[in-house]
Amino acid sequence: MALYLLRRIMQSGFVLVAMSLLVFIGVYAVGDPIEILISPDADQEEKERAIRALGLDLPLWQQYLVFVSRALQGDLGRSFVFNEPAIQLILQRMPATLELAFGSMIIAIIIGLPLGLYAGLRPDTWGSKTIMAGSILGFSLPTFWVGLMLIMIFAVQLGWLPSTGRGDTAVLFGIPWSFLTIDGLSHILMPAFNLALFKISLVIRLTRAGVRETMLMDYVKFARAKGLSPTRVTFVHVFKNILIPVVTVLGLELGGTIAFSVVTETVFAWPGMGKLIIDSINVLDRPVIVAYLLMIVVMFIVINLIVDIVYTLLDPRVRLESKGT
Amino acid sequence: MSSTATPAKIKVETPFRRFVSEFAASKIAVGALLVFTIIALIAILAPWIAPQNPYDLAVLDIMDGRLEPGAVGGGGYVHWLGTDDQGRDMLSGIMYGLRISLLVGVGSAIIACAVGAALGMIAAYAGGKTDSAIMRLVDLQLSFPAILAALMILAFLGKGILNVVIAIVIVEWAYYARTVRGSALVERNREYIEAARCLALPSRIILFSHLLPNCLPPLIVVGTMQIARAIALEATLSFLGLGVPITEPSLGLLIANGFEYMLSGKYWISFYPGIALLVTIVAINLVGDQLRDVLNPRLKK
Amino acid sequence: MSAPTLEVRGLSTHFFTRAGVVKAVENVSFTVGRGKVMGLVGESGSGKTVTGFSVIGLVDPPGRIVSGEILFKGRNLVGMPEQELRDLRGNRIAMIFQDPMMTLNPVLRVDTQMIETVQAHQKVDRETARQRARDTLGMVGIPSPDERLKSYPHQFSGGMRQRVAIAIALLHQPDLIVADEPTTALDVTIQGQILAEVQKLAATTGTSLIWITHDLSVVAGLADDIAVMYAGRIVEQGPVEQVLDAPFHPYTHGLIGSVPSRNKRGVPLRQIPGMTPSLLSLPPGCAFRARCERPIDACGDMPELTERAPGRFARCCNPHLEAVA
Repeated sequence: MALYLLRRIMQSGFVLVAMSLLVFIGVYAVGDPIEILISPDADQEEKERAIRALGLDLPLWQQYLVFVSRALQGDLGRSFVFNEPAIQLILQRMPATLELAFGSMIIAIIIGLPLGLYAGLRPDTWGSKTIMAGSILGFSLPTFWVGLMLIMIFAVQLGWLPSTGRGDTAVLFGIPWSFLTIDGLSHILMPAFNLALFKISLVIRLTRAGVRETMLMDYVKFARAKGLSPTRVTFVHVFKNILIPVVTVLGLELGGTIAFSVVTETVFAWPGMGKLIIDSINVLDRPVIVAYLLMIVVMFIVINLIVDIVYTLLDPRVRLESKGT
Repeated sequence: MSSTATPAKIKVETPFRRFVSEFAASKIAVGALLVFTIIALIAILAPWIAPQNPYDLAVLDIMDGRLEPGAVGGGGYVHWLGTDDQGRDMLSGIMYGLRISLLVGVGSAIIACAVGAALGMIAAYAGGKTDSAIMRLVDLQLSFPAILAALMILAFLGKGILNVVIAIVIVEWAYYARTVRGSALVERNREYIEAARCLALPSRIILFSHLLPNCLPPLIVVGTMQIARAIALEATLSFLGLGVPITEPSLGLLIANGFEYMLSGKYWISFYPGIALLVTIVAINLVGDQLRDVLNPRLKK
Repeated sequence: MSAPTLEVRGLSTHFFTRAGVVKAVENVSFTVGRGKVMGLVGESGSGKTVTGFSVIGLVDPPGRIVSGEILFKGRNLVGMPEQELRDLRGNRIAMIFQDPMMTLNPVLRVDTQMIETVQAHQKVDRETARQRARDTLGMVGIPSPDERLKSYPHQFSGGMRQRVAIAIALLHQPDLIVADEPTTALDVTIQGQILAEVQKLAATTGTSLIWITHDLSVVAGLADDIAVMYAGRIVEQGPVEQVLDAPFHPYTHGLIGSVPSRNKRGVPLRQIPGMTPSLLSLPPGCAFRARCERPIDACGDMPELTERAPGRFARCCNPHLEAVA
């Protein structure tokens, strides 16, 4: 197990190095680093200073070392607009995005699992067919447009839910969170649901396919032959088996969800990383863009690593086999 | 009735004919194809059938701004879907917007298809290091969310129709490459390829005249789905303000323009372009679903 | 003499598929006395497994028992409410499946799968149930059962898994066990061990067995009676030694001829030409006609199962059929 973990972490390290190279090449070799990283408003003297600080007068491979060592120290450049370290800007907005992403995960599970289970257990009923048709819609509807429709119906027409912002927050671990207050919850509900749409469809399909596949397994028939109640067969024997792929896929989706929150955050004016990056792109605040890109890559790699480990813990087959090697 | 027996016409069942009859088995798919054809016709014929040229600032009257659907504007005709803040007729705007959306969606899907299919074939045919290098790139591309990659590309390239197409091609070629490589690997070991090799045909001919046609069915399925994805992606990018320029609004940009008026109850500026987008995407997806069922023998029941 | 453990009368189980009605089991009757072993023999697709599932009441749609009676200790199982059936399943009637790799749920520990079986039928606490599970594991010859209980199925070899499955079947000391080719997937030596084990258990506990197999040599050493199935019907039945020594039906004869044996070295193996007919399009008349060595004109009509000698039945049109050694 320890060996497996070590190998996995080393793999992640390699990917990280490769991605940092890719970003570096994009900014330093393909683009013009002076234009990308130094504010266009800077005067000549400021530019000179920045060029020296960034090591832009050095050979390219040394520039990379400077880039990496600065990145490791958490220095990913300064925002032109806010004149703050880019990483700090991003970190400030990260909790809002994470909150939104996790909220949408929870909604996807709460809605998707029961519907998928039903569609898998009773595949020929009208209810199941409706659910499956709905899941096609969930895959093909453009998220931002659904967000607009949600606002139109629940905020404008019915006036039930607020349409923008995070609402009241409460502080936990020194970070403000929306989900800790009623007002905050009412603010997060619509964007989280909007962001969850795609994943609800995904969970429904995965669950349904898993249920249908598992129900045909000998061990399910054997469980029934043991005289177990249908409830126990469904919720222990079938459910535990499909939970593993669903959790794995959802976990891998977390990275995509964080990336995709760019759209939802723009629609609902949710002050997270996604909104920040769109604003930054619109005003060409490039250091923030580069920093965001690097942060996302790191998050992706970390998330995939965690999902892998959790998957190993969940599935006894994988867990024990890897123990042996 | 004459008794001279006219020989009954023997219907030769060509693959194409069988394909058509199998496709037509689903009424939903046929309906979707019909809807898509109408949409495509509207897009193509927009300059001749739209009541107004929405790009011609001379015909726009700011006094007609934000008229409700069904209102009669200064131009003397009914704005069936209302007008936007510039006084632009929404129906005309949508017709022209469809042009841009379809152009970008279909165009980038075709280019991505060409690029991806070529790389996929090369990977399958060459094998070895070339193959693994290309597939690594595919894996990397597919593990990164399309929206994010496209955002980053546009952040550095800037707005514009061409840049949007480039961005979509870059994020989508990998799907085609993977599909083509998969089926090409299967086909490569078939006897007809071996036969072609024995004839010492040049690789180029084997690749494109023999291998490619046999990889077409899965490519068509993926291509259809990717057109829908490309249209949605373009709309999303334009909605975020990073896509097409304001002078040539696609459906996504029309929706974005109406967004701020939605809160004050003027829903139509965003709503109707959204419906047009939705119908287009769903129609393409339904056609693609049926194509997959017909063209993929493994899924046949 | 008390009532037999199981009496099946005129059982027909059909599958209503889109392609048509598959008569998987047609008018099958047999009796299993207390402590007796009945061998149900046939090729794949002959309906022997469906007969087994019919007995335990686990025929899934599109399949359905269309007629007949299954009297278990005098009670008819056909049409019995699901709740009552479930009380019998795993309790009074147990089943062992063909592939031990597939019958145990891979994500549940062995103890979970055994304890749930105990608790499904008896109100006992977990500890008592665990004791019972451990004792039964010991009984089927699993070393250090305490430790093994905490394992997952994939940590066992195929033979061990089948022993666990047998232990689960034995937990409630059932009156009847339906064993569906339980040794087919195992090595020959393991097969022998398990057969010996089962024989001993049946003898000591008075449990009756239906042993479903395609392997005549297994039946020869184990069963008291034998029923040979072909295309959904019983073609020959009787005491095992008499049937194997001198079969009436050409099919039985062919089956015995195709078993390799030391006594017949050098003599080419007999084989039955052709393959089992599709149950969807059975020709009228005797289903075996096309492969039979001695067909006669009367084979165009479906023959009845008739008593050819005391306790010996065969379904063949040839009236002068003699037992051929």
